[in-house]
Amino acid sequence: MDWLDIGTLDDIPLRGARCVKTPNGRIGIFRTHDDRVFAIEDHCPHKGGPLSQGIVHGAAVTCPLHNWVFSLETGKALGADEGSVKTIPVRIEDGRIAIALGALLQAAE
Amino acid sequence: MTEKLVIIGNGMAPGRMLEHLLEAAPDRYRITIFNAEPRVNYDRIMLSPVLSGEKAYEEIVIHGDGWYIKHGIMLYKGHKIVAIDREARTVTSDKGVTEPYDKLVIATGSVPFIIPVPGKELPGVLSYRDLDDVGAMLLAAQSRDRAVVIGGGLLGLEAAAGLKERGMDVTVLHVMPTLMERQLDPAAGYLLQKQLEARGITVRTKANTRQIVGDGKVQGVELDTGEIIPATLVVMAVGIRPNVGLAKEAGLEVNRGIITDDRMQTSDPDIFALGECVEVDGRVYGLVAPLYEMAKVMAAKLAGAGDRRFVHSDTPTKLKVTGIDLYSIGDFADGEDREEIILRDAAAGIYKRVILQDNRIIGTVLFGETADGAWFNDLKKKEVDISEMRDTLIFGQAFQGGASADPLAAVAALADDAEICGCNGVCKGKIVSTITEKGLTSLDDVRAHTKASASCGSCTGLVEKVMALTLGDSYNPASVQPMCTCTELGHDEVRRLIKAKGLKTIPAVMQELEWKTSCGCAKCRPALNYYLVAGWPGDYADDYQSRFINERVHANIQKDGTYSVVPRMWGGVTSAAELRAIADVVDKFAIPTVKVTGGQRIDMLGIRKEDLPAVWADLGQAGFVSGHAYAKGLRTVKTCVGTDWCRFGTQDSTGLGIRIEKFMWGSWTPAKVKMAVSGCPRNCAEATCKDVGVICVDSGYEIHFAGAAGLDIKGTEVLGLVRTEDEALEAIVALVQMYREQARYLERIYKWAKRVGLDEIRRQIMADPDRRKAYFERFVFSQKFAQVDPWSERVSGKDKHEFQPMAETDFRVAAE
Repeated sequence: MDWLDIGTLDDIPLRGARCVKTPNGRIGIFRTHDDRVFAIEDHCPHKGGPLSQGIVHGAAVTCPLHNWVFSLETGKALGADEGSVKTIPVRIEDGRIAIALGALLQAAE
Repeated sequence: MTEKLVIIGNGMAPGRMLEHLLEAAPDRYRITIFNAEPRVNYDRIMLSPVLSGEKAYEEIVIHGDGWYIKHGIMLYKGHKIVAIDREARTVTSDKGVTEPYDKLVIATGSVPFIIPVPGKELPGVLSYRDLDDVGAMLLAAQSRDRAVVIGGGLLGLEAAAGLKERGMDVTVLHVMPTLMERQLDPAAGYLLQKQLEARGITVRTKANTRQIVGDGKVQGVELDTGEIIPATLVVMAVGIRPNVGLAKEAGLEVNRGIITDDRMQTSDPDIFALGECVEVDGRVYGLVAPLYEMAKVMAAKLAGAGDRRFVHSDTPTKLKVTGIDLYSIGDFADGEDREEIILRDAAAGIYKRVILQDNRIIGTVLFGETADGAWFNDLKKKEVDISEMRDTLIFGQAFQGGASADPLAAVAALADDAEICGCNGVCKGKIVSTITEKGLTSLDDVRAHTKASASCGSCTGLVEKVMALTLGDSYNPASVQPMCTCTELGHDEVRRLIKAKGLKTIPAVMQELEWKTSCGCAKCRPALNYYLVAGWPGDYADDYQSRFINERVHANIQKDGTYSVVPRMWGGVTSAAELRAIADVVDKFAIPTVKVTGGQRIDMLGIRKEDLPAVWADLGQAGFVSGHAYAKGLRTVKTCVGTDWCRFGTQDSTGLGIRIEKFMWGSWTPAKVKMAVSGCPRNCAEATCKDVGVICVDSGYEIHFAGAAGLDIKGTEVLGLVRTEDEALEAIVALVQMYREQARYLERIYKWAKRVGLDEIRRQIMADPDRRKAYFERFVFSQKFAQVDPWSERVSGKDKHEFQPMAETDFRVAAE
């Protein structure tokens, strides 16, 4: 698998998120309270809200537009809502974060 | 064939009678009601909360128009019956309607007693009896002038407290040496007088009215000492008399009231009477409980359901003035064969007295703490020999028989026939059995099915305890709605514990208060962050990851993920230079939409997140700071042009608006706060639908609050009138600080005010200068840390990560 280096853990606020721009859309990169990192499509299936702008809690994020909640681990909507976003594999090595290019291709397709 | 039932009068007693009758025999009668008042049936005992502003008329309606339609009842509103023809069996109204009856109910109630002194007909002399009287009083109260209330009984004092709440200068004249002497002994009457005086009401006892003076309208009340007390409003509340004129003319047997037997039948077997117009067994009644009992008796009789008879019982007296607790029942006169037990706590303003005869309670007077009233009443009713518990009797139920001081245990110990709701005569057993039979779980349901606590509401706490006992763990009163699924605690409890335990970080709160999730959710985190910001100014480091995106990036997110930017324009005033700078920014960043907001600001919409710092940099160059249009905080202060330009303006409304905005900008609040200042009552700045508004008048500044024009539309309430700008600023700042300290996150001022009570807010902000100053000082202190322009901070590099992508990738390169 090809990996794309995107930066270090310190680049992302604890319990926060950043985004990675690709020609076909953005990827949200999330750092949880216990320093795990997840990458998902930055696009809520409900009305297209930028998930990387939401509040991060546990291993989940709440969309800033209409408060849908998504699991960062599975990409599935939690609670009563139905829908999901694509998840992208993440690797942390020597404090540097990389995301899987293959999955990125698929996510962007 | 259905019989024709005609009812004269549409007060609470016939209303309740109809409820019982329709339940027992829904199809037996064709019903017609004549109401002299032009309206439906409403809760007359709640007139005082309407007068004081705690409730609106709509909230005290018992039967709306739909109820009459649903039950096929013909209601003539504004029809006064002028004649009963017993031969022809018809009644005739003043508007010429004649209606035949098979059975007739007279429920004409009572009329206020007007003392026969010169001047009693002057305009401005009112009684206190129905909604029209309240309307007239509210109109008069707008003058904020002086009112005199003649009569220091239940009604007079409620009227006085209400008028005081409405901003009038109030004097109560009472002919006896102490207030409410028929319900209270002198000691309790004295305490009551002290409490009323502490609220700024002047009380004059042993005051005899000689005449009411005035030229064309009321100007004052002259006492028999010759002293004249100036007043523009005089309320006579010296008592009521049964309204018996119609019955008398019809030749029915009448004494003080219309005489009925114990099944509410008058001297004519087809005519019945109930309510305050009735005399039964030599007694007439004015409190609602016995009237409701009459309603039950009459309904049973009319429905042909059983032989229920009216039996006299004492009714406890309570005063419906928020913050004054008194309870009295039975006989409390001194006597040779009587003993008494008294407890006084001067510091706490508590006085309790129980009157005994042969070791049995015959009367009780409680002031300041009335929770044991129902228990004493129960002992009295059952004539319990109290010699065993004599030593501890006065301390109340919680101290008896080794029972714990748990109030729930006290209610558990009550017998099934102990009365819980005095107004509606509902006992504990009835509530328990109704809950069980109908599977009720909410207070509203219990009220609907049993009527317990549905009238004056003072027994709500007791009813809730009965519910808790009956339902056990499944009872979850709405008042302790948890903040979110991460905790069992409600907002108020969390706020209290944050201060009490000195918790100063979100992790500390979650640890100490045993949060069920590792780091909360999008509901509780922003709330906790606000409580910590407001609770520990200077100590707490704002947690940006617990703020919604708008407050994190200081702009408003739009549906497409772009942002809108609103710079502050103090008081809505701008200049050519500012407008030019905005135009330049719009051009430079190709901002697609520019719009004027409802709060007199300019909104630039459709800005890319990455451009925000550069946009702010340019705006900052022109002197703009953040308009906080995104914040749960002070938004805008809208103004009109006031004395600067307007020919009607009475004060410098623009200047005051700018001053308020410059003083308060940057403060975080539980929900957004919008303000306005209008230069005259024409109110061009629309101040009367804002969270806080000011209406300038010749004599000063009328401060308004608790308005809304969003999901709910609500006119403001008046906080008070002050003379100077400085006083206005102090009161407004104190009000907002009180709100900051007490409200639940996302609770607008009008909702918070409704929850804590308008009176309480007025009392703390307007009537208690020390408290007002303390609130003001705490706001000023917190502003030291809050008044930092977030835009310039970010222009100089703060939170840079927020506005830039972490990385960018060219897709084709990545795909290689």
